[in-house]
Amino acid sequence: MDFLVFQYPMITLQACLDGILLGVLFALIAYGMALQWGVMNIINIAQGDLVILGGYIAYFMYLYGIHPAWGVIVAPVIMYFVGIAIYKLVINKVVDRDLFISILATFGISILFMQLMNFAFGADVVLANSGYGTTMLFDNNVVLPNSKIFSAFISIVFAVCLVIYMKKSKLGRAIRATAQNARAAKILGVDTEKVYAATFGINAALCGVAGALISITFTIHPYMGLPYTIRSFMIVIVAGLGNLPGVAMSGMGLGVFEEFADYILGTEFRIGSVFLLLVLILVYRRFKLSRKREYLK
Amino acid sequence: MRLNKIILSFVSALVILFSTSVASFAKVVGDKIILGAAISLTGKYSSNGVHTQNGYNMAVDRINSMGGVKVGGKTYKFDIIYYDDESNPKRAAQLAERLISQDGVEFMLGPYSSGLTKAIAPVTEKYGVPMVEANGASRSLFTKGYKYLFAVLAPANLYLDVAIETAVELNGGKPVRIAQAFEQDAFSQDVRLGILDAAERTGSKIIIDDKLPKELNDMAATLVKVKQMKPDVLVVSGHTKGALTAIRQIAEMKVDVPMLAMTHCDAAKLSKQHGKNSQYALCASQWHKSLTYKDDFFKDGMTYAADFEKEFGYDPPYQSAESSAALLVFKDAFERANSFDQKKVRDALAATNMQTFYGNIKFAPGGQNVDKPMVLFQVMCDASGSCENKVVAPLKWASAKLIHPIPKWSER
Repeated sequence: MDFLVFQYPMITLQACLDGILLGVLFALIAYGMALQWGVMNIINIAQGDLVILGGYIAYFMYLYGIHPAWGVIVAPVIMYFVGIAIYKLVINKVVDRDLFISILATFGISILFMQLMNFAFGADVVLANSGYGTTMLFDNNVVLPNSKIFSAFISIVFAVCLVIYMKKSKLGRAIRATAQNARAAKILGVDTEKVYAATFGINAALCGVAGALISITFTIHPYMGLPYTIRSFMIVIVAGLGNLPGVAMSGMGLGVFEEFADYILGTEFRIGSVFLLLVLILVYRRFKLSRKREYLK
Repeated sequence: MRLNKIILSFVSALVILFSTSVASFAKVVGDKIILGAAISLTGKYSSNGVHTQNGYNMAVDRINSMGGVKVGGKTYKFDIIYYDDESNPKRAAQLAERLISQDGVEFMLGPYSSGLTKAIAPVTEKYGVPMVEANGASRSLFTKGYKYLFAVLAPANLYLDVAIETAVELNGGKPVRIAQAFEQDAFSQDVRLGILDAAERTGSKIIIDDKLPKELNDMAATLVKVKQMKPDVLVVSGHTKGALTAIRQIAEMKVDVPMLAMTHCDAAKLSKQHGKNSQYALCASQWHKSLTYKDDFFKDGMTYAADFEKEFGYDPPYQSAESSAALLVFKDAFERANSFDQKKVRDALAATNMQTFYGNIKFAPGGQNVDKPMVLFQVMCDASGSCENKVVAPLKWASAKLIHPIPKWSER
């Protein structure tokens, strides 16, 4: 245990800012997960792998001399079609089935993606350099890499665009209607099959954006997807489905929580602390539910 | 209930995903000594698995073309059967069993990585199959009393202690303050033990001692502490991920530290991926092509590197060089034993005392090579931004002078 983070206000501030910037990025991935979970009742274990694939798109652009920031435009476009393809090949066969079946199917996709990426891109850890520099605050005591600020900014832009799209567009309304009641939406003329495909595509596109940002901010590797799946799952569990402000808050909360856990418990417990938090929240929710039940009795 | 089901499904999926290999062998058929090897050709170690395989193949071709192995007045040629262990220790152990009990292999070459060597060593030991390995450096491999395991490389605990000693020397013989961050895996933790030994020996103090997770891609918290506590040396070991993440974040966060020592810089292609940001990083390496060791097969490091590049199209990392050296050791042992009896070959291996292009090789009773020091190189860049690794320690092979302390970011 190390309480350095509370002894120096600058370190506390640094941890909070790092956490928030990171959390916004997590929230973007989690929003995609919440969307397809809400609409299609599918928990996508391959979420993290879609993120990493998006990262490789930006990385290859960087490798061919294009600035990796363009990846946030190109990756979602490509990933949208990858998403549609996955839907047509696998997901549409499991969409109305038991949740366990869909978890198994996406788990299979996850393994397939990891192996294919490993085969196609190699097992080396790679990154894309943005060359964005650093912002120094408070007499150089707080440092924020501009790539992190850029990531958070782009995440917010995409999230806002998506919210507006869901509210205003025809497809957005169809998606929301399907999420509320798929059968009713079908009766009223919504092509739910198309809605499902688009939803999965949008989720993959969001993963593409996040992946491109991760390749600029951190590192990517074919087997690094799982922690992103876990974090999204955690954020969605806390925030609930279809609750965008909740997802954003829960994402930032998780980011800050991770940073503090990193300082206090050590980096090795970073992901472990996310699991622990997940368990605690689930126990708490159960406890709350059981109390409600007693009251009803 | 539904939530329970979701959680149960999710947790089972994770358990399966987390439950997740490499080895080599020999029998004698006609004029061929068939060695077997399980190598990571797929999975997370596949890049280094391929470097290992290329190293083995290069040595087999060279030894065969230069007269082969002479045993009992007859000339034999090397041949290797490879299996892919998918970077999975369990699979590696199964393949070792298969190679020995089904394929009848009597001598083995090692897999890639400490973890996989650890999985295979109990199997080869059980069957009394001598294994020469070139890619498992974890100290724990050499403390188990294995009799049939021989490693051509220096153990992991020696990787970076040269750096600490150099730092103390440059500090006028006075102790230094060390910050360290190591991944939680067998290899990196052994490197850490080496630093602890060096710190104790020199009276140095460890002021930050962080452990990094396997899925490491952010070490900002450690670096913030480094910024505040201003150690004299920062030591990082976490395979290629650790090296790449450290350089990226040190540059982004403008962390000034007089000495930065790491492992896996060449495997991470640091200077290529980070360019000038990686400048001044000190890297531990088992081998560097500029070293002047010599043998009859590959001549010296420079010739080896040139021949390797001609054949495989890239500059050989040390993983390939040490793998080639393993074959030279086997050839030497077979000829001295003048027999294919496993016990005699094992005894001949234990008595090895030779020089190869890769370095001197002499095994301690535990099986580790005690006659080859680690080298430290420093990434040095010119004004045009092209960077090169130059050996700076030990002084005998230094091709450049160590730049110390590292200039501050504000002055670069």
